[in-house]
Amino acid sequence: MTTEAGSETEVKEKAAEESAAEPEQTEKASEESPEPANDQGEEKDKEEKEGKEGKGISKYLPTWLKKQKSQSQTSPTKEAPPTEEAVTEVTANQEGPVPEVNGHAEEVEEKEAAKSEQVNEKEAESDSNASADTEPAKEEKVEESAESHPEENKGITGGAEEQKQGGEEEGGQTSIFQSPLRLVRKTKMKLVVCHVSLLDGTNFTCEVEKRAKGQFLFFKVCEQLNLMEKDYFGLTYKDNHEHECWLDPTKEIKRQIRSNNWQFAFNVKFYPPDPSLLTEDITRYLLCLQLREDVASGRLPCSFVTHALLGSYTLQAEFGDYEPDQPRPNDYMGQRTFAPNQNKEMEEKIFELHKSHRGMTPAQADTQFLENAKKLSMYGVDLHHAKDSEGVDIMLGVCANGLLVYKDRLRINRFAWPKILKISYKRNNFYIKIRPGETEQFESTVGFKLQNHRSAKRLWKVCVENHSFFRLNAAEAPAKARFLTLGSKFRYSGRTQAQSRVASSLIDRPAPNFERTSSKRISRSLDGAPVISITEASENGRDPHLELHSDNKSPMRVHGDNIYVRHSNLMLEDHDKTQDEVLKHQASISQLKRSFMEAPPPSPPQPSQWEKRLTSSPAPTIRIQQQQQVEVSAPQTEASAADSTACDTKEPAKTTEVEIEETVVVQEVSKAPKPGLVTVTISPPVDPPAAEQEETRGEQQQVKAQVEIVAAKETKAPPRESVSSESESEDEAEYHPNVSASICHTQIPEEEEEEEKEKEKEVEVEEKSVERDTVAAVPDAPCLSAEVSQTVEAATSQEEEDVQKKTTSEEMEKEGEREAEESTEDPMLTPDEAPNGHALPEESVTGTHTATTATTEEDQTPKMNGDAPTLAEAEHRPQVICCSEPPVVKTEMVTISDTFAAQKTEIATKEVPIVHTETKTITYEAAQLDGNGDGEPGVLMTAQTITSESLCTTTTTHITKTLKGGLSETRIEKRIVITGDCDIDHDQALAQAIKEAKEQHPDMSVTRVVVHKETELAEEED
Amino acid sequence: MAGLMAGFGLYTHAVVRGIPASLAKEALRMGSQSEVDLAGARREHEAYVEVLKTRLGLEVVELPADESFPDCVFVEDAAVVCGDTALITRPGAESRRGETEIMKKALMDLNLNIVEMTDEKATLDGGDVLFTGREFFVGLSKRTNQRGAEILADAFKDYAVSTVPVEHGLHLKSFCSMGGPGLIVIGSSEPAQKALKTMQQMSDHRYDKLTVADDLAANCVYMNLPNKGHVLLHCTSEEWPESATVFEKLKDHMLIPLSNGEKVKLDGALTCCSVLINKKANI
Repeated sequence: MTTEAGSETEVKEKAAEESAAEPEQTEKASEESPEPANDQGEEKDKEEKEGKEGKGISKYLPTWLKKQKSQSQTSPTKEAPPTEEAVTEVTANQEGPVPEVNGHAEEVEEKEAAKSEQVNEKEAESDSNASADTEPAKEEKVEESAESHPEENKGITGGAEEQKQGGEEEGGQTSIFQSPLRLVRKTKMKLVVCHVSLLDGTNFTCEVEKRAKGQFLFFKVCEQLNLMEKDYFGLTYKDNHEHECWLDPTKEIKRQIRSNNWQFAFNVKFYPPDPSLLTEDITRYLLCLQLREDVASGRLPCSFVTHALLGSYTLQAEFGDYEPDQPRPNDYMGQRTFAPNQNKEMEEKIFELHKSHRGMTPAQADTQFLENAKKLSMYGVDLHHAKDSEGVDIMLGVCANGLLVYKDRLRINRFAWPKILKISYKRNNFYIKIRPGETEQFESTVGFKLQNHRSAKRLWKVCVENHSFFRLNAAEAPAKARFLTLGSKFRYSGRTQAQSRVASSLIDRPAPNFERTSSKRISRSLDGAPVISITEASENGRDPHLELHSDNKSPMRVHGDNIYVRHSNLMLEDHDKTQDEVLKHQASISQLKRSFMEAPPPSPPQPSQWEKRLTSSPAPTIRIQQQQQVEVSAPQTEASAADSTACDTKEPAKTTEVEIEETVVVQEVSKAPKPGLVTVTISPPVDPPAAEQEETRGEQQQVKAQVEIVAAKETKAPPRESVSSESESEDEAEYHPNVSASICHTQIPEEEEEEEKEKEKEVEVEEKSVERDTVAAVPDAPCLSAEVSQTVEAATSQEEEDVQKKTTSEEMEKEGEREAEESTEDPMLTPDEAPNGHALPEESVTGTHTATTATTEEDQTPKMNGDAPTLAEAEHRPQVICCSEPPVVKTEMVTISDTFAAQKTEIATKEVPIVHTETKTITYEAAQLDGNGDGEPGVLMTAQTITSESLCTTTTTHITKTLKGGLSETRIEKRIVITGDCDIDHDQALAQAIKEAKEQHPDMSVTRVVVHKETELAEEED
Repeated sequence: MAGLMAGFGLYTHAVVRGIPASLAKEALRMGSQSEVDLAGARREHEAYVEVLKTRLGLEVVELPADESFPDCVFVEDAAVVCGDTALITRPGAESRRGETEIMKKALMDLNLNIVEMTDEKATLDGGDVLFTGREFFVGLSKRTNQRGAEILADAFKDYAVSTVPVEHGLHLKSFCSMGGPGLIVIGSSEPAQKALKTMQQMSDHRYDKLTVADDLAANCVYMNLPNKGHVLLHCTSEEWPESATVFEKLKDHMLIPLSNGEKVKLDGALTCCSVLINKKANI
């Protein structure tokens, strides 16, 4: 694949243009494109390249641009769709000069990649024709590049199935937008006029394909706005119940809006906690517009003085200096709302303050506006009406830091993201599972009642998105959910704030000119906007009706290929509903769909079990289900297979836990006084042949089977039938970490009651087969997740020797700086280091929440920006131990932190006020086998966090597949966080981790160990 | 111009009130029954006012004592001032409701925006209100209820207002106070520590804590004054030797120990005796 390879390197060179993750996608693209299929594409590429090369920059132009320059190339394209896609991706990645389009193409590609991921393997084996059937997304690319010959394209795509059209049309839209020639196709394309009300009050109207995805429209809007830092924004629509909903970029618009009302509003979706970190003034300007509206509408409450102050900055930004001679902008003021209860007095105050801003540029005024607005307590808080378990009206506020609970205006509780282990919803209940506090033994689940299922889901989604955006380095890959999923596979799919910041920092364009205009400001209301028109009415009658109809009933459309999902859902329902109910469900498809959407959490607490109520006093949280429970999740895998490890119940105080697909596993490591973090990555030398094969799902691809194999190989305990058979219908599994040392314990979830009976069964089985040091991997049909958890007991000393050996045999390197970088930068920045996992997500929220999830970084779906890891890591041949003690970062803990409570758990009477954090990172890298470098980026099979009071282990398992051999590699990454009051011997911890890893996986090799130590040092302690 | 939430601890004015003779006999008490030396209390108070006035250069508004309000020296409970807004409270103790009248006038004279707590279901003592510079914590105590906290939240919309149950002690600030920006001084008793934990959990912000041995000693008065920097009025080593040692470790602060032995008998702490106002913050 010369072309792709070349492109890939280009992309890499071009890394400055895009986040580092994108090359990965490109690689992926190249991998997935079979060589035979490439012949023609290659030609074409060459042509293109030749055409471009001399001009330097033009090679970075998007395909459609190139097309316009050399239209002769179109015909070959159609025969090589995969190649074409790859090329397009590459170019999309590269194009710097056309930022907006850039963003668009990139996103499309991401989405595409995600969509096509499962098909990739297939594709790798088939020829390009295959892609026509299976890969709608590619189709669009073909069209895109062949846009000047729509007729020909039609020929190709016309034969394609209905489902293809979505993608195809999307491509079509892209080109419509970009090239007038495309309009020719209009007759076939069912265009719809979208009305988007913008933040300045104007309306933006554009035509999109009826089947366009949310993303498409969003990018069009961003382009219109000349906005590059678009990750903070989104489009909203009103659902049938007049609720504002976020348009999911990855889904078709039509299927979301569920009405013929193609009205949208462009809004800030994630309020940056520090707007001054935004790169461009235009972004801040848009944020200001949003906030002005928030303030004026009362959504963002503020005091009289603040209203006046913000208003005065608005005047300064929009009108410049106060001019006493000129008539004051009274007219303007009159029609302008600064506050919900604006009065003359306030306006006077605004003018008065305006005078004091003399000389301030509009950008400065905006900045000042934001500096003040961001401090407001409700800044960026998305409020949702709810009731606590007693039926008392409360508000749940989702924000960058976590979940806030309000009663009236009072904050009565707060759950920082690091405190939340799991977020789920079921019907109209919304649950969060809380990490146990230092005085609590068990995790607890807090439940809230939402008005209805829709609101519960909406809240859940917002939580997922906010958590992902603000707390993760890269978004979790969405569940692929091709075969089995329970519940919603919704995940945040965009860039996270960390990624966005990196991307922003690379923005290289002159500050765009934009007009801060107030004159065109009108009231932003979706109601008054004109009704949509569908250009192709004939189409309207055919397809849409049906779909709209069904959509009305199901919260989210269930796609055709999700039949297994339904099935699994049914099975699930079986667990927590009566037979009658199940039958009832069967009777009604729409019901079924809904229940599917309702996404039953793994072990939803029964309301009747609620022990405590949310009261006005903050201290008690609602405790449901005091449970010591071990669960497993295979977040990304369809039918999860889980392997379970036996666990001894030794200390009830420690809790282990696992998340299940349905819920969002909040994978943060909360830091306690002296946490130590050990990450162990294990990779098996080669992919072993199948050992035990569990029943495979009918549609499983070969690769998957291989995956199992590997898992089986790892397994020491024989898989249990219960798992294999059950996992087909539900993708959850119990996970029992095997704790060799002693920290963990297992217990059957006490109060599961009628639900998940089979799960219980499994658990029991596992209980019986408890064996220390045994990792029971139970490979399951389509996917497997081998979970291993180990605990590192700081106290154990016998391992020290082990470490010694290691360290002496390997080179010791003190690479403080480098390591520090590693730990602060993200996979996106340094793909090579991504596997380390413990990058500090946000700049300096200060080593307080060190660890984002291993998962994040390890998620290897092409969709992710940051998924270079496995590949890159394979390149770390030499064994190296890097000890970076020197960079002891002393951080005063005066910073804002989410893990606040957790950090300051220790209360000593004589404690001294100022605390410091010490960070220490040790990296150990072992040689790794070859052959991985060109492998396909791995797939994250499982990820889980096991938490006990002083120890938190996150284990992620990756399957990295080689291209064709059907062999796979399993990569297990463990993140062990030890928190304790006493000093932890990190060498010991390291040794222990390595030893255990080796014990548990004798057939695997430890390739990388990173120890990250953060210590709070009490200063001037006497 | 000061923006929102700028200048925590910056004060220009203080409102204080004299000690009525009725203080010794009639003032409300939580537990201690030890006799109050009226003259001693007055001496302490004079010293307190003197520090505010002379040493720190604040403009001190001295309200006359009123014999019918034995507790009237504890002006903090009558009003909560933040920025240019003053919330006139509705004290939890019925006998003290009348104290707000003169306070309201004084604050009006200072051109503050007055918000009155008229709701008859609401009670709030200023001593239950801890303002950290970024947010409010309101102790739900015998003197302060949820409704009072809600009204406070309404009055100061810019700030988060979180409630903290106060199970022991009179007020929230009976065992804690601010010792600097982001520094909470906290007593070491279990209820105090529990309350601190609650506050930490509820807050988006991070606070350092300074734990002192004695709950009552945890009440100190922090100011950040031009040309003086961090100023802390705190307990003396005579009264609370252990706790005073902790304060003495604060190297960056101008430390002013003030004896408060008599008022403490009536649960009166250092913050109780003044309402601090920053007129310059008024935009």
